[in-house]
Amino acid sequence: MKEQKTTKVPVWDLPDVPKGKLPPHLQLQRTRVLCTFDAPTHTESIQYSGAYAAMGVDNSLRLEEFRNNFRVEVIKLTEDDMEFDMIGIDAALANAFRRILIAELPTMAIEKVLVANNTSVIQDEVLAHRLGLIPLKVDPRLFNYMIENDEPNEKNTIVFKLHARCERGSPRIKVTTNELKWLPNGSELILSTEKPTQDSTSKTKTYTSFNCRQDTLPEFLDNPIVPKHDDILIAKLGPGQYVRNFATPLVNETSTNEASAISFTFPCMIESPHVSSNDTFSFGGFIKLAGAVGSGKNEGLNVMGTSGSVGMEIELEAHAVKGVGKTHAKWSPVATAWYRMLPEVVLLQDIEDGMAEELFKKCPVGVFDIEDIGKGSLIVFDQFIDRQLGRKRATVARPRSCTLCRECIRGDDWDKLLSLRRVKDHFIFTIESTGALPPEILFTEAVQILEEKCERVISELS
Amino acid sequence: MEHGSFQDESQATFSLTDEDHTLANSLRYTLNQDPRVTFCGYSIPHPSDARVNIRVQTTGVPARDVLKDSCQDLMLVCQHVRSTVDQAVMEFKNKQWVESMNIK
Repeated sequence: MKEQKTTKVPVWDLPDVPKGKLPPHLQLQRTRVLCTFDAPTHTESIQYSGAYAAMGVDNSLRLEEFRNNFRVEVIKLTEDDMEFDMIGIDAALANAFRRILIAELPTMAIEKVLVANNTSVIQDEVLAHRLGLIPLKVDPRLFNYMIENDEPNEKNTIVFKLHARCERGSPRIKVTTNELKWLPNGSELILSTEKPTQDSTSKTKTYTSFNCRQDTLPEFLDNPIVPKHDDILIAKLGPGQYVRNFATPLVNETSTNEASAISFTFPCMIESPHVSSNDTFSFGGFIKLAGAVGSGKNEGLNVMGTSGSVGMEIELEAHAVKGVGKTHAKWSPVATAWYRMLPEVVLLQDIEDGMAEELFKKCPVGVFDIEDIGKGSLIVFDQFIDRQLGRKRATVARPRSCTLCRECIRGDDWDKLLSLRRVKDHFIFTIESTGALPPEILFTEAVQILEEKCERVISELS
Repeated sequence: MEHGSFQDESQATFSLTDEDHTLANSLRYTLNQDPRVTFCGYSIPHPSDARVNIRVQTTGVPARDVLKDSCQDLMLVCQHVRSTVDQAVMEFKNKQWVESMNIK
């Protein structure tokens, strides 16, 4: 066998390998997600710095380059919504910002509900859960987290009161967030350990220990704390009363002090505070009922719509604390935050006349327009083409509204006529704030949190 | 916390508590962009534990230094993002304000 001498030629010395520049097909795979009719391909982002070393292309990130290429364009900015384009950043970072926005930015939300009286049809725990989800219009940066064994004070707790009653004979009423009243001086309910017969000179201990009124603090002076919306329905109260039938203890004089504390650790803590005897309580119905069913036959719920009863009533105190969305969604400062990559629709060849018409009709969101080649002007397309005007050509007019439904590349070789792509480093970011902070502040806060995380790692390593 | 060896500092696994994909994926990205890194990846050993392990192997420099540099890079990137967004928002607000004046 004849010995063949082969000389090794490095790949970058071959004439058809351009140096320092990726061939177009690789460049396309690097920068675009291709949405073919069956599935999106090349979805990954090429992160490894040496991924194209064989081509003599450096894929590493240089800060200088990032600084030159990174752009932000605000599309929409209202009180609660924001949409902006973030161009020249990797999905890893865009996703980090999104995750922080949803799960790690703090807000204030109702965490503890002290139910003094609830004779409505809605159960204590359901009511507490509903209260927890109410967005509060207050800057969380002004408060501290309540750490274990912390006393609730003016720097970590906001107290609201809710007292609503439907009078006998009146129509059903709706209790909305409008009736949630801020108590700047903290809780008004007296702690059960305190004896009601204490002398009146010493301050009786309540469920919170505020050192000063919150409304005297400069940040809340002309900015009272309220729920973001005043028309969120909390409960409906009717003129009749649903009474839980606690047969024996309620007829007893001492019974109110024996009421057991019901606590639910998730998602809201509810406590039945012990109410001192001078507190107004509508027990008329209770006693009557308890006396009537002393035998314990009518266990469960009883509707008291008859004479002698009073309407449904809710009296409670709600304590809001600072928290983050990963503990519970009620603390998430955004209704949602999301991004999508910029859609790109490319016509691989001219699509004219009948085909253009077909393409226009195929698209459900109106990405395409039809251009009149003869005149070179755009005509408004309305149901049909005026055939006398001459040749028509399809153009991509609104690529941003493309949902990549791929309807346009379905059927007979349409996928060879046009290509649907997504730009990998162009993100259309949308933030919907729940109202605690404006969306643009939320975003910068989120970026700051990522910085703090890095700082923590650096300090741990050194 | 670092798990490595004294003989070979160029490869180590860093175990970060109270962190998740948010930081780990961003760090993996910046680490991968560093030409000194030969391999890098992360894992969350158990979904119930708030912990990520980041593996870094380098061409020779101590892995700890490379990770530190990556954190520094990420911070600089974040600072740039923040200032760019602030500026874009300000420009947009100014534009809105001018438009609301309705000057003809």
